Amino acid sequence: MNATWSRFNITSIVLGFAFLYLPIVLLVVFSFNESKLVTVWGGFSTKWYVSLFHNQGLMDATWVTARVAVISATVATVLGTLAALTLTRYTRFKGRTLFSGMVFAPLVMPEVITGLSLLLLFVAVGLDRGFVTVTLAHITLTMCFVAVVVQSRLITFDRSLEEAAMDLGAPPVKTFFQITLPVIMPAIVSGWMLAFTLSLDDLVIASFTSGPGATTLPMKIYSQVRLGVTPEINAACTILIAVVAVGVIIASLANKRREVQRQRDEQAAQRG
Amino acid sequence: MKSLGSIRRDFAPWNDPNAKPYIQFDKVTKKFGDFTAVNNLSLTIFEREFFALLGASGCGKSTLLRMLAGFEEPTAGRILLDGQDLRGIPPYRRPVNMMFQSYALFPHMTVENNIAFGLKQDGMPKPDIAARVAEMLKLVKLEQFAKRKPHQLSGGQRQRVALARSVAKRPKVLLLDEPLGALDKKLREETQFELMDLQQSLGLTFVVVTHDQEEAMTMADRIAIIDKGEVMQVATPAEVYEAPGSRFVAGFVGNVNMFEGKIAHGEAGAASIDAGNGITIRTENAGDAATGAAVAFAIRPEKIRISSTRPAGAVNAIEGEVYDIAYLGDMTVYHVRLDDGQVVRASTMNAARITEDPLSWNDRAWVSFRPDAGVVLTR
Repeated sequence: MNATWSRFNITSIVLGFAFLYLPIVLLVVFSFNESKLVTVWGGFSTKWYVSLFHNQGLMDATWVTARVAVISATVATVLGTLAALTLTRYTRFKGRTLFSGMVFAPLVMPEVITGLSLLLLFVAVGLDRGFVTVTLAHITLTMCFVAVVVQSRLITFDRSLEEAAMDLGAPPVKTFFQITLPVIMPAIVSGWMLAFTLSLDDLVIASFTSGPGATTLPMKIYSQVRLGVTPEINAACTILIAVVAVGVIIASLANKRREVQRQRDEQAAQRG
Repeated sequence: MKSLGSIRRDFAPWNDPNAKPYIQFDKVTKKFGDFTAVNNLSLTIFEREFFALLGASGCGKSTLLRMLAGFEEPTAGRILLDGQDLRGIPPYRRPVNMMFQSYALFPHMTVENNIAFGLKQDGMPKPDIAARVAEMLKLVKLEQFAKRKPHQLSGGQRQRVALARSVAKRPKVLLLDEPLGALDKKLREETQFELMDLQQSLGLTFVVVTHDQEEAMTMADRIAIIDKGEVMQVATPAEVYEAPGSRFVAGFVGNVNMFEGKIAHGEAGAASIDAGNGITIRTENAGDAATGAAVAFAIRPEKIRISSTRPAGAVNAIEGEVYDIAYLGDMTVYHVRLDDGQVVRASTMNAARITEDPLSWNDRAWVSFRPDAGVVLTR
C-alpha cells in the first residue's frame, strides 16, 4: 500500500463521507438541542430523550415494531431456509423454475405493489388489518432475502458431510439436524438479522397492511414528521442508529476475531 | 517353485473354489441418464481381502464404491454382501463404512466427537463410546488432538481422523475413496504401509478406489482394473504387472514396450513372432495363441538388457541407436531407436556407482532379453 495524501485524495474523501454521513451527524447533533426549533441550536440538553420515554405513542410503536420484527424474521427464516433447501437439493422437480422465480420475485417487486396487493388480499379474505396482517406482510417481504442468503451457503456446502453422517448410521432427519443445520447456522443467523432489519425499517408495506393499534415505529415517525419535526423524533432516531451501529460493530468484531483465531489455528496445524 | 513376482502371504481365497464370496457385484449396470457409468459388471471380493479398484478418472470405479455404500442404486443387477442382497437398504443401515476423498470431517465437532458420531447413532453406552474413541485415537496416534476441531489439524492428521472415524464402528467392509489422494508423496508412502498394518490388525475387508497404480500395487491383495465401466482384469499386483491380460492392462500398469506382429510358428507355449522389419522374437510365453494370429509382444523395460555389443548367446537381440537417456539416481532409463524407427525403453539398475565405458547419446547399442521375459497378448 502506497497511499499518498495528496490534496485531491483528501478532498474526495471528505466530500464523500460528508455526502454520506452529514445528514446523520446533523440528526444526532440536533437530538441534543435544548431549543424546540429543530434548526436553531439552543445549547446542549438531553431532555428530548427523557420526554421520549414519556411519549406513550412512540413507546407503543416501538414495542409493536420489535414484536413484528422478531416474529416475522423468525417465521421468514424457517420458510426461507426451507425454500433454499428445496432449490439447492431438489434440482429436478416439475415447476422448479417457476418456484424459484416466485420465491425471488419480492426481491425486485416494488414495495408499493407488494403492499397494495397484500392489502387487497386481506380485505378480500376479511382479515382485520392490524398486528397479524403486518407480520404476515413482513414475512412475505423478508422470506426471499433469507432464501438468497441461505441458498448461497448451501451451494458451497460439501454434500459428502451428509453422506458421511448417513454412512455412519444417521437417518436423513437426524443428519439434517446434527450436521446440515449446525454447519449452515451462520448463514441462517445472517438471514434472520437481515429479515429483522428489513422489518424494522419498513414503512411502505406497513402503511398498507397495518391498522389501528398496530402502528410501527417508522409509521409513527413518519406521521409525526408530517405534523412538524420535533427533537423527540431526532432522539428516537439517534437511539435506533446507536442500536444498529452497536449490533453491526459487535457482529463484525466477532467475525474478525473468529477469522484471526482460525488463521492462527491453521498455521499451528501446518507446523504440526 | 516358480511364481510370478513375489507373493505377499498365504492368503489367496480367490484360488480356492470352495471359498465363499463376501462381496458380489452380479451383472451390475448403472446409468446416469444416457451415460453408462458401470456396464454389466461382475466382481467377487473375499473376506479380509484388501481389494483395489484401479482406473482413470471417470471409469466408474467411484460409482461402484458409492453403490456399495448405498448412495447410488444399481440400474440393473444385484450387489450381495455376505449373501444378503443390498438393494433398497439405505446407507445408514448398511454394515459398511466409507472414508471419503475429501475426508468429510464434521467441521463443528471436535476430533473425538467426529469419531464418536457413528457409535452414538448405534446407541452404544457412553462409557463404551469413550473407551472405543480412546482406542481409535491411540490407533491413529492422535491422542493429544482429541479436543481439536478439524480446521486445527494438518492434512495428514485429518486423514487419520477420517480413517479412525470410519473404522470406529468395526464395519464389515471399509470403503476408501482415494484415501491418500490429498497427501504429499512422502506422507503417502508412509500411510500406505500404515493402512496395510491397520487392515491386518483389524481383520477387515478393505475396498479402495484409486487412480494411482503404485498405491494399488503396494497395498492391495488383488486389483481390478476398470475401464469405461467394465472390468479389464482382476488379479494380484504381480499378475497384473507380469501377466497382463490385454494390451490395455499392459499399457495402463507400469511402462511397457509393445511389438505388434504375427505368430510365425508356435507349439506348446513357445513361439516365434514375426514383428516385421526383419525382427523375430522368440518367446516361451505364447500361451495358446495359434500360428498366424495377430498378437502383441509386451516386455517391461527392466527386463531388457542394453549393451554396446551383441551379447553372446542371446536369443533375442535387436540393434539400434541410443536416442535418450534419463538418469534417475537408482536407475537409468535408455530410449533406443531401432532401425525401423520403433523406440524401445530399457532400464538398468545403477547397482555400482562407477560405470566403465557408459553408453552415450547416438551410440549404437543392442537390446536383448530372455525368451521368458515378455508376454504375448492376444487381446
